[in-house]
Amino acid sequence: MKTQMSTWMRRGTPWVWLNAGAVAISILMVVGLLALLTVRGMSHFWPRDVMQGNYAPPTSSGELLSTQVIGEFVESEMVISAQIASSGIPVNEAQGFYERQLLKLGNRDLTGADFTWVLSDFVHDVEYPQNVIALERREWGNFYGHLSGIKENSELISFSGDALAIEAARWNDFNERLERALDIRDDIYVIENQEIGQINYAMERLRLRERRLELDQELTPEALAEIDSDRAELDEEYDLLQVQLIALYETVNRDSAIFVAANDEETEVSFADIVRAYKPNQLSLVGKIGTYFLKLGEFLTAEPREANTEGGIFPAIFGTVMMVMLMSVFVTPFGVVAAVYLREYARQGFITRAIRIAVNNLAGVPSIVYGVFGLGFFIYILGAEVDQIFYPEALPAPTFGTPGLLWASLTLALLTVPVVIVATEEGLARIPRSVREGSLALGATKFETLWRVVLPMASPAMMTGLILAVARAAGEVAPLMLVGVVKLAPSLPLDGNYPYLHLEQKFMHLGFHIYDVGFQSPNIEAARPLVFATALLLVIVIAGLNLTAVALRNHLREKYKALDV
Amino acid sequence: MNELNSEQANDTQSPTRTVDVSSVLGEKSKDIGALASCIDIEHLNLYYAKDKQALIDINLTIPKQRVTAFIGPSGCGKSSLLRCFNRMNDLVDDCVIEGLVALDGDDIYQKSVDVADLRRRVGMVFQKPNPFPKSIYENVAYGLRIQGINSKRILDEAVEKSLKAAALWDEVKDRLNDSALGMSGGQQQRLVIARTIAVEPEVLLLDEPASALDPISTLKIEELINELKNDYTIVIVTHNMQQAARVSDYTAFMYMGNMVEFDATDTIFTNPREKQTEDYITGRYG
Repeated sequence: MKTQMSTWMRRGTPWVWLNAGAVAISILMVVGLLALLTVRGMSHFWPRDVMQGNYAPPTSSGELLSTQVIGEFVESEMVISAQIASSGIPVNEAQGFYERQLLKLGNRDLTGADFTWVLSDFVHDVEYPQNVIALERREWGNFYGHLSGIKENSELISFSGDALAIEAARWNDFNERLERALDIRDDIYVIENQEIGQINYAMERLRLRERRLELDQELTPEALAEIDSDRAELDEEYDLLQVQLIALYETVNRDSAIFVAANDEETEVSFADIVRAYKPNQLSLVGKIGTYFLKLGEFLTAEPREANTEGGIFPAIFGTVMMVMLMSVFVTPFGVVAAVYLREYARQGFITRAIRIAVNNLAGVPSIVYGVFGLGFFIYILGAEVDQIFYPEALPAPTFGTPGLLWASLTLALLTVPVVIVATEEGLARIPRSVREGSLALGATKFETLWRVVLPMASPAMMTGLILAVARAAGEVAPLMLVGVVKLAPSLPLDGNYPYLHLEQKFMHLGFHIYDVGFQSPNIEAARPLVFATALLLVIVIAGLNLTAVALRNHLREKYKALDV
Repeated sequence: MNELNSEQANDTQSPTRTVDVSSVLGEKSKDIGALASCIDIEHLNLYYAKDKQALIDINLTIPKQRVTAFIGPSGCGKSSLLRCFNRMNDLVDDCVIEGLVALDGDDIYQKSVDVADLRRRVGMVFQKPNPFPKSIYENVAYGLRIQGINSKRILDEAVEKSLKAAALWDEVKDRLNDSALGMSGGQQQRLVIARTIAVEPEVLLLDEPASALDPISTLKIEELINELKNDYTIVIVTHNMQQAARVSDYTAFMYMGNMVEFDATDTIFTNPREKQTEDYITGRYG
């Protein structure tokens, strides 16, 4: 027995198990995390059935207060009865546990809160009525209820036939009107966000040009006249658009629908406020999948609404990718050049060793410190100086002297440059001496050897550095809060207005979005699934950026594979 | 890092050697007959560190358009001596060279010498094949490209000529754009030779060119050396005495940093002057 044990030990079996166990646990944790994010985040978009029932919890006075609830079931949990009793509901404490459910009731405009906990034991007459409608609205969140009438110019439209036919005709008419309203909404969006945005931008540029000329004391009457005529032109365009806009608003507000919510409460909803309407209990599986992807698509491509708890997160995705790309553009050349000097040109000795240690330690500095540095140096010193020299016309309003995309990218570039330096140095050190000698022996200078042979061969290592840098930068939030990320950015940093890329603008970021939605949101229950969905998306974006870089690196590796002869 | 520092370092070493070139030429030419000399070495000492002398007072004349072989046990300084001829030792930190090395009568350690140009004139092939991770074509064209030659016509011609000279053309003419790393070791070594002769050097330094190759590849390399010796002065370092006997016209035997004996190959192998040489050649040590 003892010898068996000792051979078992000597063969290293426990060691193998230990290693395999560590790997297994790592994989399990990663898979578990991704599964949690996927399940909690992605299930949010599934159009769940809407239940309708009567909720009559016991009251201390003994009278039965029954309220109707219409809404989606979200989750359930077991609660100790004493806890419920102490919150004022006299339940039978002998029972021990009660199940309670979280229902999404919507209708925040009517009831004040769109989520509620109910005790399952006291919900009666649960049914899933076929005709219940779920509305997604631009304001006040979701609405659940029954359609009872449609108004055009405040006149009720009448439908004929039996009850079923009326219901069907009304729903058809509702959908047609909704489509019309959504089309008009699109037009309004184009005018408000793009055309008027462009005019405002042009106006601002005119104002700045005038101010600039004034500062340079070159504001001649001719120039002023030219600016004024341009301005008049823009004003005219603006007025024209304004007229169009008012007309569109009038047409979009023509129709409204009357709904009956829970407890027979009647409410009127303008079609202009509706984003999407569907009868969840009537949807087939295919229909539900269709609606699911519509909602998912909206999440990925639309702008956020309702303090970021509704709508999409496209600006945050865009901002994250944009920032990471800019950071890569800054960090790669800088890190590579620094590494080449350190490894190839600098005399190896005490000073290079000290620099290397410093670089490595730089990688361990908490990121918020970089944020403070970015704010203090880039924004307040550099940015303010840039404003003084290049944008005096905009002062006292800062252009670059305020957090923005450029400074955020630079701060993160600074944060990740040690990684690129270390990786590139290691890559350079791995290039075989024989290849360098081969090039030198052919009459190449050191520079030619570096440029034509060594750097291309070290390019996979540079990509490794970049991959690590991207992975670190994309997930960083703390420094960004100081140097450019905001809760809601009015426009994307890349648009059709000259100079197209607006480096001075503030931007949205997925990481900060998670923080904001999860912890700064007034509507916790509504925000929670979005936290998971956004986190999953952040992981996917980082993985996507990384995989791109990895693919590029593999291509380079194949091309410049080192000699193993 | 090493390269740069030592390049600077060597500039400062040059003035330490004051040897009259002409006297060396006159004296040495007697030893190996009336052959024109290519490289003359006089009182050459090489130190890798203060107390680590690798070459001790070497005097030697390498004849033009002949094959000269350096033989000797490992660590005797053959490669160090070879690397003096194209100043490859510049790449080694703290390497100090005293004495004279003259190529066609010009001191190559003079301050005014352009090292890159010298290395173009004195090509070198290393023990391990070291093709660049580029296509076969680009490997051969590399030396010309760094001279600024980019004309496709000239490059095509030079590549074909060099590959033919290296007896590689027939094997690779259909896959010139394939990576050089996909070739066999023997092909790679011949590619490196082709790459070296593409820049039309005067001297070819071969540092154990066949030691990493199988016998058939070795044979090919030896045949190649025989053909190239009409156009180039060849200096070959080898461990293999049979190889030295087969390919070289002159042989130098080195031991512990000293040049023990230098003479025509036949003489060295049949009738060596020194006891040490005889012992080594007959396999008594080394």
